[in-house]
Amino acid sequence: MQQTHAGTPEHVQPTARRTVSFGSIFTYLCLALWSLTTIYPLFWIVNNSFKISRDVMNNSFAIALKPVLTNYTNAFDRIDIGKSYVNSLIMSISTVTLVLVLGGLAAYIMARFHFRGKTIVQSILVATLLIPAFATVVPVYELLIKWKLVNTYWGLILPQTAGNLTFAILVIAAYMATIPKDLEEAAFIDGCNRFSMFTKVFLPISRPVFASASIFVFLWSYNDLFSALIFVNKENVRPIVALLNEISSQYGTDFGLMASAVSLTVIPVLIVYLFIQRFIEKGMTEGAIKG
Amino acid sequence: MKGDRKYIFMFLLPAALLMSAFVYYPFLKSLYLSFFRTNGFFDKKFVGFENYTRLFTDSQLGAATLHTLEIMLYVIIFQVGIALVLAVMVDNISKGKGFFRTVFFFPIVISGAAISLLFVLIYNYQFGLLNGFLAKLGIEKILWMSETGSLKAIAVPTVWHYVGFYFVLFLTAMSKIPSDFYEAAKLEGITGFKKTIHITIPLILSDIKVVLILAITGTLKVFDFIWILARGQNGTEVLGTYMYKKAMVDLNFGYGSTIAVYIVVFGVVLSLVTNRLLKKEDITY
Repeated sequence: MQQTHAGTPEHVQPTARRTVSFGSIFTYLCLALWSLTTIYPLFWIVNNSFKISRDVMNNSFAIALKPVLTNYTNAFDRIDIGKSYVNSLIMSISTVTLVLVLGGLAAYIMARFHFRGKTIVQSILVATLLIPAFATVVPVYELLIKWKLVNTYWGLILPQTAGNLTFAILVIAAYMATIPKDLEEAAFIDGCNRFSMFTKVFLPISRPVFASASIFVFLWSYNDLFSALIFVNKENVRPIVALLNEISSQYGTDFGLMASAVSLTVIPVLIVYLFIQRFIEKGMTEGAIKG
Repeated sequence: MKGDRKYIFMFLLPAALLMSAFVYYPFLKSLYLSFFRTNGFFDKKFVGFENYTRLFTDSQLGAATLHTLEIMLYVIIFQVGIALVLAVMVDNISKGKGFFRTVFFFPIVISGAAISLLFVLIYNYQFGLLNGFLAKLGIEKILWMSETGSLKAIAVPTVWHYVGFYFVLFLTAMSKIPSDFYEAAKLEGITGFKKTIHITIPLILSDIKVVLILAITGTLKVFDFIWILARGQNGTEVLGTYMYKKAMVDLNFGYGSTIAVYIVVFGVVLSLVTNRLLKKEDITY
């Protein structure tokens, strides 16, 4: 857009400006259209969650001017969505915490220490990214049965932590590798040992990557239907994704209830995302995401 | 440094233990199980490569593979394609970058299960969003989840879900291109579309490769959408749902594990091929 200022001959200017502005109108139009696809369905579902099912069926586009809360009371009373919420939060937050602690320690070693077999460990880590949950689910299920962990919180936390560690270690290590060596030497002279170096130097500097890793691990854990269906699908431990699956098969015709369940699952996460999104970008921009 | 070995050992051990117990051991065990005919956990009989020969004659698996490849095609063309186009556009505008970044990322935050329920409502024949819209325009309603159309219908939310993720990766890569490149191009009179084709795209080729590999291996894991929207019926069975049915519904752990091994091999081969096809020197600035 700047070429119009940069010494283009006078008589060319109008045409140049017109093409540029046409181009940017087109650009904004496309971008606006795509944002509509990401915003409107959310609005539509929240809007419909405030109507009784009959109104959802008759006119799903009308704005709920007289919002009713029947669907929400149903969601809490009939399908006990509150319990699933608590289950989801307990399991996902525990998973995130474990992944960050164990992954952070391991990443620190991978980024800063030299030891025999390090390249092998690194290659194994990268190769692990190619092992999907399908390839581990049967033996993990067997283990959990043996240890009596099926349908307990640990029954989901442990496999999910193990499954997300690879990603976390690679991403955090890539970030830590960019921290200047001088900083480490200075801290060492100040009397830091390896552990206090980790807590006092590496942890604070790596905050952005810990933040973005925690967001992704949280989302992958909170949204992981496959593991939830197999390891924790009993009412008292069922997380919210498994409940959504249940709703679609049991209450597939109660559209108001479905709309409220989706809203309840999505909106809190979306609000949290809006508050912490700048960390995602920061963690991703530091070149960390490339595995 | 002295005493480093102690730290290396202590810091790596917890992660290593957990991953060995829940990733590496189970993976090897799956490989092992793929050579057995099983009946529940306790009754198993070594059958050599029988499960593997069964793979090649299993027409349902063939169909699931084709369906997965079809979704993969849509993912490569539309998901990666739209993400790239959107990233180029946002990279070129001056106002509203932050807004689009935030908004395009919305779907990723939502679980596949919730999006699936959303699309149950959107595709519903009688009063879904789409047919409601068509009715308003006076057009006849369409059966979206039909025998022939279901897979395509499910591909739409699958593609839509992760466009924003790759969009952010592309945009990040573009923001790292030093402005000298663009200034030099401007002096040469290269702007607009030409600039994108001749400068931006070649410079982020290695990121495009990473995204393609992520997208391709990601498609092999597709499960939620298919399961909730169609339970794998109406010609929508993919590798993930087929494996789940064989292993966890029919409790045929031996053959289920064989399918899992097949999925892993398929993923490795596809990543290697992608890597090979797009082989080019990495660019460092």
